[in-house]
Formats: sequence, structure tokens, C-alpha cells
Amino acid sequence: MIDKIVASAAAALQDVPDGATVMIGGFGTAGMPSHLIDALIAQGARDLTIVNNNAGNGETGLAALLKARRVRKIVCSFPRQTDSQVFDALYRAGDIELELVPQGNLAERIRAAGAGIGGFFTPTGYGTPLAEGKETRVFHGKPMVFETALHADFALIKARAADRWGNLVYRKTARNFGPAMAMAATCSVVQVDEVVELGALDPEIIVTPGIFVQRVVRVTGDRR
Amino acid sequence: MSDTKSGWTRLTRQQLAARVAADIPDGAVVNLGIGLPTLVGNALPAGREIVLHSENGVLGMGPAPAPGDEDEDLINAGKQPVTTLPGAAFFHHADSFAMMRGGHLDYCVLGGFQVSRTGDLANWHTGAPGAIPAVGGAMDLAIGARHVFVMMEHLTRDGQSKIVDRCTYPLTGIGCVERVYTDLATLDITADGVVARDLVDGLAFDELERLTGLPLRRPEIAG
Repeated sequence: MIDKIVASAAAALQDVPDGATVMIGGFGTAGMPSHLIDALIAQGARDLTIVNNNAGNGETGLAALLKARRVRKIVCSFPRQTDSQVFDALYRAGDIELELVPQGNLAERIRAAGAGIGGFFTPTGYGTPLAEGKETRVFHGKPMVFETALHADFALIKARAADRWGNLVYRKTARNFGPAMAMAATCSVVQVDEVVELGALDPEIIVTPGIFVQRVVRVTGDRR
Repeated sequence: MSDTKSGWTRLTRQQLAARVAADIPDGAVVNLGIGLPTLVGNALPAGREIVLHSENGVLGMGPAPAPGDEDEDLINAGKQPVTTLPGAAFFHHADSFAMMRGGHLDYCVLGGFQVSRTGDLANWHTGAPGAIPAVGGAMDLAIGARHVFVMMEHLTRDGQSKIVDRCTYPLTGIGCVERVYTDLATLDITADGVVARDLVDGLAFDELERLTGLPLRRPEIAG
């Protein structure tokens, strides 16, 4: 029998090693898997490379992981926000490495990893500082930049509901990076509000098929 | 705001938003950048069906919800609460940016630090020491939409033109801007140079050219 439901966030993340690359879903706080991040902080893995669109908001979630100094490097598109004070201080002190990636290249690099693509040529960023040193080619008269796939050891994702096979549905714009990250990680861990019976999710509306999901944790009373 | 010495009056932010909105046709799919361009959403002319795209995974975005109706899972690119309109769709990030890069988006309206006479755009980073860079979706939008409009003030606070010969700030995209809407005029970036039209009341063409510091062209008079 296939049963990807894990009893707790702690159990789902117990084997995250030091130095791991961890993708964390969410756009700002929409879709941010706060329970899983809290469990990762408690678990203690350090020297992490984190992939997220942002670099933490306020003092909780990803910001708390940064504040606990578990993150060596962050790969993101938009670190600087009105409430990114934790990242800002670490960055200015030289205590965190930043790889800045245009948002669409970030999403596609993640998708490519999940799809078994080594890299791709994209027009985004051509001629800008973010393409410096990268291979370029012209396709149909359009200059393009080579970007490589971005893999992860773990992905932490938030979805609305799952069944025991790991099929997922999301909620509104909280979907954002979840489906691509689920594909790109060796072990995708999903926090959901609800676990439903196998067969309860209409196959026509499943967004992430369970093949991309390894572990599911039901959480109650999500907070940010 | 007016310059009494010269006798011309700048467009307000709302007037500028209305000026941009007037050029977005019925049926268009549009992405509005964060900041000033967001105002365009509230200025769209009645009677046109215009679909707003938000990079974080929604087409058919509606206005801000009534106080108390905010949903933390339904936000725009600026992370402000929004609503959906009938016909809206949600999708994941890789699909959202495929809509831009793949040439499916009709228009985007972006803010700008500088636009060059050849349509280069700088709008993500001042390059100042200590500034933390953040690019978001700006580079994807700049090269992705079929029509890229920039909306910005014509001059910096100290009177420097933001329409420049060459951008001095780090680039967002090369030759990507089609038209710039400023608080002084509308400027089309063409192969033959920058064409200035719709100058604000009281602003002479020669004065706009002097403020801009670049040779400008007058629009062709239709026969």
C-alpha cells in the first residue's frame, strides 16, 4: 500500500542533512509552508542553500530560518522588501550569499530540473548584469542566455489538500512555485490543511500528481 | 504640480494612469508592474473587457477586496490582497512566466529609472553601494510582453531626464520599450528616434527637448 502521509513535520524532515539544497514554496507569505519551516529550524540542519522567490518576510517562517543562521546561500528573485530586515542585515554583514535570478528564469530552472532538462536558452536577462559570463546564442533573430536546471534535495511546499498517494490541489495564488518545486526535488514534503480519502480528489482537477510528492503532513491552524 | 515660471502643468499620477489606460484596447491581456503602474488598473475605461495578469499565478485579477474580505492566499505581484473576476484562472509560476516569455501577453506597463533613446530599460537596481538588488519579474516582463510601456516621471528630483542617450543604471532589457508615458508627454521609441507627442498644456516642444536633453521628433501630421 502506498501511504505518503507522515505523522508530523518533524518526522517528515528528520533526514535533512547539513549542506542540503532546500526549495521552499511561496510568494511572500502566500503558499509559504510555515509549519515545515518551523520544523526545519527545530531539526537543526545548517549550511543550507535555500531556493525561494523572496528572502523572508518579518521575523517568522523563512526569515526565522535565516535569523537562526542556518542558511549559507539563498537563490531568489526578490530579496529586498519592506519587511526583509533579517535578510538585509545578514547580506550587509556578508553573512549570506545571494544568487539573484530573474523570476521567470528561476521558475523555469526549477521546472527544467523536474523535467530532466539540463538547461535552456531564454531571452530573459540578455545583455543585463544577471547574464554576465553566461553562454549566449541567437534563435530566430533573438539573442538568448543559457540557464541551467536547478535541483534540490528537498522541497517544502504548502497545498490545500492531498490524498495518501500525494496528489495535490492548491488554493488560489498560494499555488505559485509549488508544482515546479515538487518536480525538482529528490524528496518533496508537503504541508496540507486537509487529507482526503483516495479517490476523493477529481482526477480532472489534481494539479500536482502524486508521483512528484514523497511526504505529506497535515497541519492544523496554519499561522504566518 | 505646475512650473509657474514656464507655465506648464505636470500630469498628476492619476492623470498619467488614465493616459496609459486609454491606450489599452478592449480584449487585451495586460500585466501591470508594481508601484506606479498599479494605478492603471483603477483607471481602465468602462466598457472594455481587459484581462489583468499577475505574475504570481492569476489571470482575471479584480480590484482590492472590501476591508475584512482579504484572503492571504489571493494577492498580486506587490503582495497586496486582490480579488478575482468571473473567468479568472490560477496557474503555477512556470506557466505564468511562459505566458510572458512565450509572447502570449499583449501589454505590460512597467515603472522605470531610465529608458534610453533605443528603448533599453533600467528599472531594477540603482547599482548604488549598499543597495540590495532585487529583480523579481521585471526582466521577464521587459522582453516578454508584445507591447512594453513604461510609465514614469520625466525628470528625477534634481531635474535630470530619465529619458537618456544610454542608461547608466544596470539594464533590465535591451531595446524592449515601445512607448514611455511621463508626466510631461508620451514618447514613442522608434527606429528613427524618439517621437514626442501629447505634451502637457503649456509645454512647448523645444522646452521638452531641452528638459530631455536629447533630440526629439514631432509626430508626422496625418495627411
